[in-house]
Parts: sequence; structure tokens; C-alpha cells
Amino acid sequence: MSENKTDNKSLFFRSLEDKALWVREETLNIHRIAQQTRLASSLSAVEIFVVLYYGGLLKFDPSDVLWEGRDRFIISKGHGSISLYPILADVGYFDRQELSRVCTDESLLGGIPDAIIPGYETMNGSLGHGLGVACGIAIALKRMKSDKKVFVLLGDGELYEGSVWEAAMFAGEHKLDNLIAIVDNNRICMLDYCSKILNMEPLEDKFRVQRWQVDRVDGHNVGMLHSALTRLKDDTGGRPKVLIADTVKGRGVPSLETDSLSHIKSLKPEEIDRIIAGMKS
Amino acid sequence: MTEIKTMRDVFIEGVYRRMFGDDRIFFLSADFGSPKLDKLREDFSDRFINVGIAEQNLVNVATGLALEGFTVYAYAIAPFLTMRAYEQIRNNLSLLSQTRQVNVNVIGVGAGLSYDVSGPTHHCLEDIIIMRALPNMHVFSPSDWRLTEKFVDYSVTVKKPKYLRFDAKPLPAIYKETADIDLRKGFCEIAGGEKVCLVSTGFMTHKALNVAQRLKGEGINVGLIDVFLLKPLDEDRFFETVKKYELLISLEEAFVNKGGLDGLVSSIVGNRGSRIRLKRMGLKDEYSFSQGSRDYLHRLNALDEESLIGNIREGLRS
Repeated sequence: MSENKTDNKSLFFRSLEDKALWVREETLNIHRIAQQTRLASSLSAVEIFVVLYYGGLLKFDPSDVLWEGRDRFIISKGHGSISLYPILADVGYFDRQELSRVCTDESLLGGIPDAIIPGYETMNGSLGHGLGVACGIAIALKRMKSDKKVFVLLGDGELYEGSVWEAAMFAGEHKLDNLIAIVDNNRICMLDYCSKILNMEPLEDKFRVQRWQVDRVDGHNVGMLHSALTRLKDDTGGRPKVLIADTVKGRGVPSLETDSLSHIKSLKPEEIDRIIAGMKS
Repeated sequence: MTEIKTMRDVFIEGVYRRMFGDDRIFFLSADFGSPKLDKLREDFSDRFINVGIAEQNLVNVATGLALEGFTVYAYAIAPFLTMRAYEQIRNNLSLLSQTRQVNVNVIGVGAGLSYDVSGPTHHCLEDIIIMRALPNMHVFSPSDWRLTEKFVDYSVTVKKPKYLRFDAKPLPAIYKETADIDLRKGFCEIAGGEKVCLVSTGFMTHKALNVAQRLKGEGINVGLIDVFLLKPLDEDRFFETVKKYELLISLEEAFVNKGGLDGLVSSIVGNRGSRIRLKRMGLKDEYSFSQGSRDYLHRLNALDEESLIGNIREGLRS
């Protein structure tokens, strides 16, 4: 019985890994036609999106995007969420055809996703807004006695915005234990490694001191992400929660993984073909 | 003598009464108070939140609550709220309200020079200009507490983001009653005139009223229009009202020539090909470190009654 459970679990995680591979490929395909998209930032968040949407952590209904029973997911680092496009199409928020016309005239999907796209709750083009808005939603859900949760995805570079810490203090003070932040800690801003700009480490302490519960995992390990997020989601201990997901900017593209300027780098179509071929081999 | 009241107390009292029958109202403050707020925060401690001195978070938390269907008031000192949190207002209220319902009422106290002796950081001379620039925002700039009281209902029923620009000082009422005033029209012709019409907003309507009354004693009939909803304003009805005049004098405690009330009047008249002249009275393009009362600051900036009367006489001669 126990062996079966283990087998089922590894099969489940294997399926999430397969999804992550597919999402990376689709993200690269989008970038092929929309060179303006922030590829490296989007690739670091792939497993986070996959675990939330395919791992049973988020409750959502694409046929009723504002369904009251949904968990709210605020993607505060909007520019780095092009990898969510294929997932939203796959689960039914919009037609898959949209993926082949990103950033073209009259397309639904642009270079930076915003609230006009089904599945996105807020405006995400400017950093530092999502956590505060999520705090307001979390207060509202508590007021309405809803058991739904508010997830927020933040970038580590985004943590330089002062408004993030106004919200972090607020969430701790108001004991918003229905709020789960995820930091896509890919360690690189636009121009350099964060450690060389303003080193935020130890990041856990910055949240703990604001009365947050903190966990930290490898942000590309779907099993670890899934169990940490499940634990945090179920916890109702009177504290907001943050998962620091250590990731690699440009994950899956060797030339980006080691480039401090990966944020602004684009790939030529032939490079994309080569990388996708490598992924499949 | 009409009763003297602050706009904020009258408005908060109205919201307070409304909260008894409407449990979908939240009142948020960036650590800014008012005598009437004390009662609200005591009786509705579960729906009053002091976010601390954090205007950006004030607007963001208000946005989140509004996205879940609540009517929200976000209350702070006008220049700090409108300018420190401008991008929050732009992205999360103005922009987001184009796709989602966001009923956040941003209340800024300290319009114009009402915090006179507190100096240029507290003077709020840009808010009309920058708030008018935002699509989907409604901009309310009342001249008295009776209009302010009437706006409580509008703030709940019109499910749009709004900026409410309140004077900080206690002021007498201008309107005896407001039952017949249509807030959605955006203005009221307080007095009809012959050649010249003063077009004012906020505190300056009090000055304009004094000036019009003084001139009336001399047999000069000057028109007076109080613009209280700068956005959206019923522009056609406004033009119908002003087209009989030769000269309009816009009057505001704000920088001029930057798109405030003067810009609004100018575009309404200009877009209709009218030749009505416009004289713009307000603050010139510099900050003032001069210390003194509001009246003193007005004298320095030619916004005192004598200067106004001088401008009107000049207009009548030309």
C-alpha cells in the first residue's frame, strides 16, 4: 500500500516535470515570435506555475474566471510570466491559437501580461504592487469568511521596491495567514546579480522579522515545491507565509543561465531550435 | 450665519451613518484622522484600518478590497496621497478599473493652500492636474460641506475610482440646500452675469462669491460658476451656460497653464471654436516658501479679492 503511494507520488511528480518541459518549449516558441518577451525571467518561474496549476494547489474555473470559489493568484512580476501563457491556454482560459500570435496586431497576449487576459487578476507591468493588493484581497476574503487563499508571485529584484515592505509589515500585523507569497529568487536583476546591487540575503530574516512564516526550497524541484506549498497553504497559524524558491534565471538555456545580463537577452530562432532539440533528446 | 464645518468631518459622518446599513464598506487611513473619524474607528473597528504612514500600501490594500466588491475609502493628506502613491492610483485604480470594478474613493485632505503655514510640501497645487490626466477617474473638488455631504451617496453608488479633494479648513456653506443640484452635471451656476463670469473650484468659490457680491453693490453683474466635478464634467451643458459671456476668469488654488481647471475650461471653449476669452488665475510656476496665512499667500499670488476685482474691471474695459 505504502509502496503504491510512493509510486503514485513519483508518477505524479514525473507528470509535473513533463509539463514543465512542455511549458519551457512553448515559452521558447512564444519567444521565437515575440522577441520582446522577457525569456530568462519567465523560464525561472516555470516549475512554480506548473505546480500551482497542475499540482492541485490552485482552485480555478476557466469557464468562470471571477468565480468566487477560486484561489486568487497575483502575478506581481508580470514581465516574467510569459511561461504562464501556455498553461492558461492549456487549462482553458483562452484558445491555444493565441500562443502563436503573441505581441502581434490585435493579439490577446502581449509582452507583459495584464488584467485584460483571462486568468490574470491585476495590473502587473510595474513592480511592487502585487503584495499590497493581495493584502487587500486577503482581508476581504477573511471578512467574507472565505477559506480561499491568495497566492502572490514576486521576483527577488522586485523586493527592492519599498512598497513591498509596506505590504509585508501590513500582512504580518494583520496576521494574514490566507496569504502565500512565492519569491522567484533567480538572483539576477536587469543589469547584474542582486548580490552585487543590494544584497538581500539572508532573505528569510527580512520576512521573519515582519512576522511571516518562511520556507525555502529549490524552485525547480517540483516535489519540493509541491510539498512546501501544500504545507504553507494548509497552515492557519496566524502568520502570512512566504516560500523562497531558489531558481536559475534562464533555466534550460545554458547561455542565459550564466549571463548576468540574461534579463534583456533574446534568442535567435536557430538557437531556439537547437535548445528545443536538446530538451527532447 | 451658516454653520462652519470641515468637509472631512461632514463626509466621514455621512460614511459612518452609511456603514450601519451597508456592511460592504471599508474605511482606510494612512494614519490621518478627524474628530468624526474617532467614532467610526471605534464603532467599526472591524472595517476601519490604519495602514500606517504608507500611502502606497493604502491604495494597494484599498484596491484588493475593492476587487472583492467592497466600497473603499482611502484617506490621507492630499499631496502625499496623490503624489507618493500616484502610480498605485494610476495602475491599480485608473487602469485596472477599465477591466474590473474598482470602487475606491481616494480622499485627499489639504486642497490647494489650505495647509498654509505648513509650507510647500503640504501645499497641494498639482493634484487637479495629475488626477484629471487619468482615464476612468472621477475628480470631485467641492466648494462647501453641503456638496460634500451630498457626495456620500455618489461615492457608494458610482462604482468608479474617485479622487475627492477636500479643503482642510472649516468653511461656511455656499449652498443653502443641494436637493436640486445634479452632481453628474459637475457644476452649478451660482450667479448669472453679463459680460464676465468667474469659474472657480474648491475654496476659491468662496472668494469668487465675495467678489461677485461686492461688485453687485456697484451695479456690476458678474457671473459665477462653481465647478465641483472636474471629471467627468457635462461639457455641453457647461458650454451652453458660458457661451453668453465675453470673458471667463478661471480661479483655482492650483498651478495654472498645466491642465487644471483653466485647462478644462480652455479645452471646452476652444474645442467648440468659441472666441470667448479666458483669464487664468491661480499659482504661477514656482513653489512658495513664504510663511503666512492663506490670505497672505493669496495676496502674494494675486488671488486676493482686490486683485480679482482688478482683473474683472480690466476685463470689462477691454
